[in-house]
Amino acid sequence: MTSTLEEAREHARRQAGVSPLTIPATSATYLPDGVDAGTVLWDEAVPGGGYSARVLPRDAMLRVTDVEGDACVQLLVCSAANPGERLNVADTVKVQWQAYLGPDALLLSDMGRVLMTLVDDTSARHDCLCGTSNKRSNDGRYGDGSVSGPAPNGRDLLVLGAAKHGLGRVDVGPSINLFKSVRVAGDGSLAFDGAVRAGTHVQLRAEMDVLVVLANTPHPLDDRPDYTATTVRLTAWRAPRPDVDPFRATSPERLRAFQNTEEHVR
Amino acid sequence: MSVVLDEVLAARAPWAHVVNAGETLEIVDLGGNQAVDCILYDAHDHAHRYSAADTVTAQRNIFLVAGTQLLSNEGVPMMTITATTCEYHDTIGGACSRESNTLRYGHHTAHQHACVDNFLDAGSRHGLTKRDLVSNINWFMNVPVGADGTLGIVDGISAPGLAVSVRAEIDVLVLISNCPQINNPCNGFDPTPVQLRVTG
Repeated sequence: MTSTLEEAREHARRQAGVSPLTIPATSATYLPDGVDAGTVLWDEAVPGGGYSARVLPRDAMLRVTDVEGDACVQLLVCSAANPGERLNVADTVKVQWQAYLGPDALLLSDMGRVLMTLVDDTSARHDCLCGTSNKRSNDGRYGDGSVSGPAPNGRDLLVLGAAKHGLGRVDVGPSINLFKSVRVAGDGSLAFDGAVRAGTHVQLRAEMDVLVVLANTPHPLDDRPDYTATTVRLTAWRAPRPDVDPFRATSPERLRAFQNTEEHVR
Repeated sequence: MSVVLDEVLAARAPWAHVVNAGETLEIVDLGGNQAVDCILYDAHDHAHRYSAADTVTAQRNIFLVAGTQLLSNEGVPMMTITATTCEYHDTIGGACSRESNTLRYGHHTAHQHACVDNFLDAGSRHGLTKRDLVSNINWFMNVPVGADGTLGIVDGISAPGLAVSVRAEIDVLVLISNCPQINNPCNGFDPTPVQLRVTG
């Protein structure tokens, strides 16, 4: 039934199903209270083993929702105008004197500027230390960790998302995990918290035009034998910046990061 | 065993050298509490490089100690710590930069020399760019994490003459910045030279 061009075209056209992307985005219905659908830029459900990447303008809000509670989202952020300016997880934890991301935390670039701010965070279980899986580690845990197999590894998914925006493997540096946390004991040892908590979210505000690349794969310390990552929802919208920004001066270091950013986007 | 290289790296200076598989790099903290920032690259594929995250995940501990395998972003052992007389080393604190110094200490530090500039200076001679810089190793640097997640650089646990030896498992381009930071205790507020010795 696909032996002729006409039959193949009809066969292809019969396949339309439910889209993980809300098109147009302004028809999104799963929105935070107070968000006008007309301001929505992006609304997408990313399944376990999936990835997505998108350029967001300064002042956009991005809410990442762990709908079923067992997702782990790898996040990379860079400047859309100059992708060579990118998330620096070491500076992010060191400058803010805090290893654990939570409400008010900034995602800092390697140029002393703010890429995104965590303006809302009902999860507060994230990880800046462990990065993500690679093909070798997922081969070892699940048998086949390639992106063409049943247990796609986080690193190669992030490479795909970055590549769609003209970037390469060198541009996929250390990433952040959302919704699964790691805590450090006094002797330096790491404890993983993989508990399931449905419905938590993180809301990030873009502080410059940014490229965000996200994947949804099990945390590298998730020891479960089955590849487990439930669907996350990504929703972005335009939001006005308040006249008095409550996040701008929550510490001297953060204030200077905002000052550097304001000089950059002036 | 033959000595391939034995030199003193001046305070504040960069260094880059290919350590071949099977060779050992020894770094001696001559003055005590001198942070030595370091990134490793596969000598034959610079996109394949050290990953702090893979390294701490694999050993489930943030501290680099004797026996630690330094893993790449593809999970491949690049070097192994075969001996260290400094109890542990850091890999979560990153490298200082002029830009991050302005956040941490104020804009008056904007023109102070920093590790990222050392990495760029030495790395650019091997074809590396800023896009190639990732979270690094900080030999002899002490970065504890408190119970509430507070993290920072505190007084070091090294001393004059303490040393670390790392054996290359593959051919590795080793990029080093002898840290010039003067605003925190990572160099005891006084950057000093270190000895670098490669044997094979």
